Amino acid sequence: MAVLLVAMSFKVGPSTKKNNGAPLSISFDHFVGNKRLRLDTVNYKNALGQSFTITKFKYYVSNFHFKNSEGKDLFINETFLINEDEEETKKILLAKIPEGNYTSMDFIIGVDSLHNCGGAQSGTLDPVNAMYWAWNTGYIFLKLEGQAGKSLSPGHFFEYHIGGYKQPTNCIRKISFDLGKSEKTITKEIKIKVNVLEMLKTPNTIDFSKLSSVTDHKNAAVLADNYKDMFEVMPNEK
Amino acid sequence: MKNKVVYTLFILIAVFALCNSFVIENPYFKIGKKDIKLKVPKGFPKPNYTFKKNKLSPDVFILGRKLFYDNLLSKDNSVSCGTCHQRIAAFAHIDHKLSHGIYAKIGTRNVPALQNLIWKDAFMWDGGVTNLEVQPINPITNPIEMDESLANVILKLRATKEYVKLFNKAYKDTLINSERMLKALAQFTGLMITANSKYDKYMRKQDTFSVTEKNGLQLFRAKCESCHKEPLFTNNSYRNNGIKIDTSLKDFGRGRLTEIEKDYLTFKVPGLRNIEMTYPYMHDGRFKKLKDVIEHYSNAANHDQNTDTLISKIGNLSAQQKKEILSFLLTLTDKEFLYDRRFADPAILQ
Repeated sequence: MAVLLVAMSFKVGPSTKKNNGAPLSISFDHFVGNKRLRLDTVNYKNALGQSFTITKFKYYVSNFHFKNSEGKDLFINETFLINEDEEETKKILLAKIPEGNYTSMDFIIGVDSLHNCGGAQSGTLDPVNAMYWAWNTGYIFLKLEGQAGKSLSPGHFFEYHIGGYKQPTNCIRKISFDLGKSEKTITKEIKIKVNVLEMLKTPNTIDFSKLSSVTDHKNAAVLADNYKDMFEVMPNEK
Repeated sequence: MKNKVVYTLFILIAVFALCNSFVIENPYFKIGKKDIKLKVPKGFPKPNYTFKKNKLSPDVFILGRKLFYDNLLSKDNSVSCGTCHQRIAAFAHIDHKLSHGIYAKIGTRNVPALQNLIWKDAFMWDGGVTNLEVQPINPITNPIEMDESLANVILKLRATKEYVKLFNKAYKDTLINSERMLKALAQFTGLMITANSKYDKYMRKQDTFSVTEKNGLQLFRAKCESCHKEPLFTNNSYRNNGIKIDTSLKDFGRGRLTEIEKDYLTFKVPGLRNIEMTYPYMHDGRFKKLKDVIEHYSNAANHDQNTDTLISKIGNLSAQQKKEILSFLLTLTDKEFLYDRRFADPAILQ
């Protein structure tokens, strides 16, 4: 499914263009289809009609890049760990990116190669966050876990741990958005809808009975091609 | 009476001076009061790991040493890094075929020596780990080694008064996290530099070789050097060295990691320094003695079908040649490294 490119805007106060230098924020709202994601309790259906629940959904987003209406590029070399189970992680503040007129935004899902090889790190990249492979150095970019009746593994669990920064199984995917352009609009908050169902659907339809565990790089890339399309910028409510 | 005092004093001074002259120390780094000076041995390449983002300091080194020898790193507080990485064996596990873990668990690979690590580009027999700092996460979290979670190690450290003190001394505040712990361990293990063996002294013309040793070096250069490249005695590549797979261990080496066919059954070429002390040999410790290893390379009939061609080319060695190579390998022992007390367990040292 194509990424919806939605022009987004947020009008600040009585049509003023100025911003007060407050940082731009991005919120990640997790959905399964059109329903808000609820961990553990709700049954969902994949494209094949197989029923499943989700017990864990967390991922890294890094290296945000914005272009403003004057054509200037703004980069932020920082990694964020978004975790459905931790409310405060789902809205990030980009301290170095002020509110403003932005025409485009891109970021990567995952962690770049430099940080994958960067040795011991703290904060979101601290291996205590359990998003790390010790025996084959590198970060796990995304974890999706749950239960599906069709899964053949013990307890009908499924577990997708996606990562790897080396070719040919590089799972870093760049996500780009055209934010539309309006001289008079100031972006203050960007809302991103993240649809888990997309990750199980396109371009590769995931069948729980055939694929219940991914920790090797080959299948990880199959799912990485899927998660590339799960992000969608939402129009602002106002 | 006065004479007696002078005499005793003289003896004491003499003993003290003698003791000092017996201090055996690796000469490639000096621990000062405030800093550590590292000297790259002559003829060695530029290190891969430079300490640029992990500034060498005596207090961080001491913290690293304390951590290295602390059982707290394991789930049931029963084993430390030093349990399997013994100083006397160049930090390999002397006379142990396979690695040991908590609850007497046995691993699948031979404990590698820890030496000249800052020149390595990857760690583990399959090269899966690409940075010295993150290597310890493996033994700590491996269920058949220390079986502990990194998060729990940090909690245990935070709850130990002595560590609060040591971290504070090393980093000038009391924050204890995995980055600091791992960097301290990297300072301790990164300074395990060996470059003062008889071979090194011979190369610097400070020592002489016997005829047998000389012949051994020549043979070594002809037969072994393409993988075991001087002065580190490894070219950091991965090879199938001809030993057939142990069907109970089923270790496919680097192939498991890369899933590339040519990598199956290849393992990292180990450096050979202090090889006299690191027995048993090979990635699964199957050879008890160095002479068994030489015998293996000399005997192509017993090699695995996918043996690296460099090994197949070695050909049959005569009894005399084997003896010469062996005697050369024994010149790689560096006692100043093996007996350097700065690497000893502080609990035993004091």
